[in-house]
This record gives sequence, structure tokens and C-alpha cells, in this order.
Amino acid sequence: MNIVVCVKQVPDTTARKELGPDFRLNRAALESVVNPFDEYAIEEALRLKEANGGEVVVLVMGPPSAEDIIRKTLAMGADRAVHVTDPALAGTDWSGTCAVLSTALRRIPHDLVLTGTESTDARSGLVPGGLSEALGIPLVTYAVKLELDAESIKVHRQVPGGYQEVQTPLPAVVSVVKGANEPRYPSLKGIMSAKRKEIQKLTLADLDIDPASVGLHGARTVVTASQARAEKSSGEVARPETPEEAAVIIADFLQARKYI
Amino acid sequence: MDFSVPDDVKLLQSTVREFVRDRLAPLTMQVEHDDAVPSEVLQEMKDLGLFAIPFAEEYGGGGFGELGYCVAMEELGAVNAAYSNIIGGHCSLSGAAIALAGSDHLKQRYLPAMATGEKLGAFALTEPNAGSDAAHIQTTARRDGDHYVLNGSKLWVSNGPMADLYTVFAVTDKEQGSKGVTAFVVDRDTPGLTIGKVDEKMGLRGSKTSEIFFDECCVPAENVIGEEGRGFRVAMQTLDGGRIALGASCVGQAQTALTMSIQWSRQRVQFGRPIASNQAIQWMLADSEVDVHAGRWMTYHAAWKIDSGQRASHEAAVVKVYCSEMLNRVVDRAVQVHGGMGYMKEFDIERMYRDARIVRIYEGTSEIQRMIIADDLLRDE
Repeated sequence: MNIVVCVKQVPDTTARKELGPDFRLNRAALESVVNPFDEYAIEEALRLKEANGGEVVVLVMGPPSAEDIIRKTLAMGADRAVHVTDPALAGTDWSGTCAVLSTALRRIPHDLVLTGTESTDARSGLVPGGLSEALGIPLVTYAVKLELDAESIKVHRQVPGGYQEVQTPLPAVVSVVKGANEPRYPSLKGIMSAKRKEIQKLTLADLDIDPASVGLHGARTVVTASQARAEKSSGEVARPETPEEAAVIIADFLQARKYI
Repeated sequence: MDFSVPDDVKLLQSTVREFVRDRLAPLTMQVEHDDAVPSEVLQEMKDLGLFAIPFAEEYGGGGFGELGYCVAMEELGAVNAAYSNIIGGHCSLSGAAIALAGSDHLKQRYLPAMATGEKLGAFALTEPNAGSDAAHIQTTARRDGDHYVLNGSKLWVSNGPMADLYTVFAVTDKEQGSKGVTAFVVDRDTPGLTIGKVDEKMGLRGSKTSEIFFDECCVPAENVIGEEGRGFRVAMQTLDGGRIALGASCVGQAQTALTMSIQWSRQRVQFGRPIASNQAIQWMLADSEVDVHAGRWMTYHAAWKIDSGQRASHEAAVVKVYCSEMLNRVVDRAVQVHGGMGYMKEFDIERMYRDARIVRIYEGTSEIQRMIIADDLLRDE
């Protein structure tokens, strides 16, 4: 069972972010981390490997500095990594990302492709679908639980009010939701062994991709304006007299918003 | 000259920082209240590899060297000095003595189990009548065939009540003074070894210390660390590394006290404006920053010297005296910045103030460190 996990380098989620005049994020000043949503996909891949054997490969498209986050995924337990990096990729949008990742995926033997549901910086959530389309293999989104057998995978999908069971033949693309598991910390032994694991570097030329088709010029989405998010309002304060009263207020609040 | 922290040490740092933030920080009040770290949390620390950091990879260790170890101790100290104290007693003292001077047999027998945390180590040097004057310990070890028989007692042994093995220093030849001291590994279940009651301390709750008694305690000769009569040297060499790591823990504690002071001074409004707008407060913050910065870099420098195979006894003494005293200055200012709130048990600062006091005393008092430094300065050329 070979599992490829697509991982993105994102700015630290707690950092204050600023956009440049071209509406692109000023990443240079920011600490970068593994996209937190992808950590659930990595954890799921590691668990599937521990139960079924095989190999976990991490696939990253990103600048040379993404090597830091790649080392972390290797320290968590991934076996090796493929890092697609090329100056011409700067400014690539979701469609270019899908083109690059799917081209790379064709060169990495895989039975299963796992992704997070979205990235914490762009938040389009379009890549899992784009990959499945480009590779011509099934897509199952919002997985909370995965069970493998030799030729297929059974997935519990998160849907409003419960979960849906879907079975699909392999290979397939599955996006894993936040909270599906508790991602592990890299162990200290893992950090040491990560130093000796392979990170294969690929450029656009290695993948036979026309640089003009990706990057800012190849992007199919154009950002035309941006606006700072409104300050968070102070919210409602209730001052119930009894715990029972408090419970009713909370239940009504949640019900009105269809959370329960 | 390159001051950058290696990539693997950076990853170690961010991993320990995340673990500390998610798993240890929420427990601070509980550890303080119960005077104990929950065993399942200790197990998580072991699983992560925190008990293995400085040991060599061939013995199951993390192989991160002194710098990696210091960076981790800084993160642990930052949340609660109890954690860095437990790890310090285990790694920098008990384990380091075996790693530095033990036979290969002894290393094979103890270090892998210490690295996983299956066996917890403690360091037993101090005695009722031998604190700073460590060469005059009174615990004896009498050779008897292929064994040594230990008699005496040790005081304030960190990890004492929980440890599985003890690095013990005892006199094998009274005539020889410091050259008559020998170091041993003593298993907890050795007949004749008993553990006294857990000490009631001013601070460092959660890190347990106790007295250890030896009564005709029979230890195999193969458990001698290094050679007979070399124990005092083993102790001094071990303490060098320990002092540097202790400096790192002080840096972590001081950084937290400073960070909390910054946050509080921005938030606390008096006379219609945050107290951070008062120069009196700003200067305290600035002085603490100078202290922490200096402490951090002298610690990293000493660790780098050790990792590059150089002796760092002098630097270790400098780090120990500076970092322990700078921590006391920084937490004292932190209490001042927090005002009455800093005196209240519900704020971490109150605990940190108490925890900080011991670092000027244990692992060699400030006065002993100054003696070591002055001896180096005045030694004949």
C-alpha cells in the first residue's frame, strides 16, 4: 500500500499577515508551518501504513524554504518526500497546483492520495477535487475514518448530522477532515532519522511542465481587491441565575444555528 | 562565526515547544497542587524521547548533543522548572556520569533503558555534612571480593523517591581525600538501599527529592563508574554539563517571566493608561531582556564548546552563576511588574519566584562557582 500525502507549507496560523500591493501574502517575514489541516492526513497515512504496511510519501510544492516543514513530516514518520520547487511556481493558484501535483503524482507509485480539506492560507479547498479530476480517479471528501482492504477503501464522510459510508476502488483521492485523529508529535528519534531520509527535488523541467502555464501568469484566479476582516464583535453575554437556565440558553443558541 | 541553530535542533525546539504548550502547560496548577507530575504525562514525555535527548544514538539516545539538550531544557523550564529538574537529574547528572566515564558494559546495561525512560536515574552526591565541600563526603564503600559494601546517607536526591537507579559517590580510600572517592551505579532494589521521606520544599513542586540510606548495601564491582578513586573527577565533569543545562532551564524560566511581564504591563491600566507606558516599567522590561539575552547566548556558547569536543568547565561555572542570578533578578522584576497579582498563588509568577530561589544554591552554589572562576583567573601561568 503506497500512500502519497499532499502537504502545503503555510504561514504560522497565529502570525499577523499582510498582503503586498499585488495582493500576495508577504511570506518572507513569516514563520512557516505544515498546513495544520494536512497534519490529519499525514497522521491518517501513518496509521494506515502501521496497520497495512507500505510506504508513505509526502509530496510538497513550494519554495526551497519548505524543506523545514518537509523535515517535520519525515520526523513524524513519513518514509520519503518529493519536493517540487521552481522559481517559476511563485504565485501559482489552485489550478496550477493541481496540474503540478498531479503530474508529480503520475511519477510516484500510489494506491491512495490523501490531502487535508483545505489550506489555512488560501482556503479554497479545491485541490482534492482538482487532483482527482486531473488523475481521473475517484474522490472522497471530508473523511473522518478510513478502512482499507486490498483493492478498495471504505470511508466515513462527515456530513451534517452524521456520517455517510462510501466505498471506492483504489487508487483514489481522499481528503481528511480536521479532528479525524490526533496528529502525533515528531518523536526525537524521528527527528534524528529524518536527517537521513530522502527528499527528492523536482523542477518544472523535470516534470515537463511549461513554466508559462503556472505561476502568477498562468493563474486562473485573479485577486482584484482585498479588505481587512471586520473586528470580532464582543458577542452576547448572558447572566443566568441557575445552571439549568444556563443550559437552556446554550441549547437554544446552538439549536437556532442548527449546531444541534 | 555562525550563530545559527542547526535545522534538527530547530525542529527539536519546535516539537518540544508544541508538546509543552499542548500537554504540559495546562497541568501547571495541578502539578503545583498535587506536588506530582501525573504518571501518564511522564509516560508521554518518555514516548516523545525527552528522557533520551543528550545520550548517544548508539545507546538509544537522541544524539542531539549538549546544544539540543539545552534547547529542550529551555522549553521545559519555560513552562515549569519541575520538568527540567526531573529531566536534569536523569540526563545531565545520573545518565551523564555513566555516559562520560562508565565502561561500555555499564553503558549498554543502563543507558538504553534510561533513554526510553523505562529506568529513571538520580544523582546522589550531597550529604548532611558535605554540600559545597563535596570532596569530604562520608558515605563509605568497602571492597569485599567482587563487591563493594556501601554505608552512609545522601540528602536531597532529585528524583530520589521515584528513581530506578542511583549514581552514588562514596569514599573508598579516606587517606586519599578527593582522590579516594569512587562513583557507582546502584539499582534501587539493591538490598540495604532505602529511601527516606519525600522532602517538603519551598518550590519545585512536582520534582521530588528525598534522602537515600545505605546500610551494608552490596554493589557489584562492575558497577563502578570509571575507576576506583576517580569518582570526584567524574562528579566534577558531570556537573559541568549539568550546569550548562541548568543555565538553559533558567533562560526558559526567565523568558516566560519576561513574556508574562510584557503582557501584563500592556493590559494593566492605572492612572488611565497601561503601566507599560511608564518608563519605570519599561526599564525593568529592558533590563530583563538584556539579562535573558546574555544568559541564552552564553549557555548556547558553552553547549557548543562541549559539542565541539572542548572542555567547558570555566564556561559552565560562568553560565551557572550568571543564569541562576539573572533568573532571580528577572522573576523579582516580574513580581514587581505584576504588583499584588504577582504575589497571588493563582498567577504563575508566584510559583516561579519560589522555584527560582534554589538555582543559586544547588548544583554548586553561586559562591562555589565564583571560587572556580577566580581559581581559573589566578592560576599560575
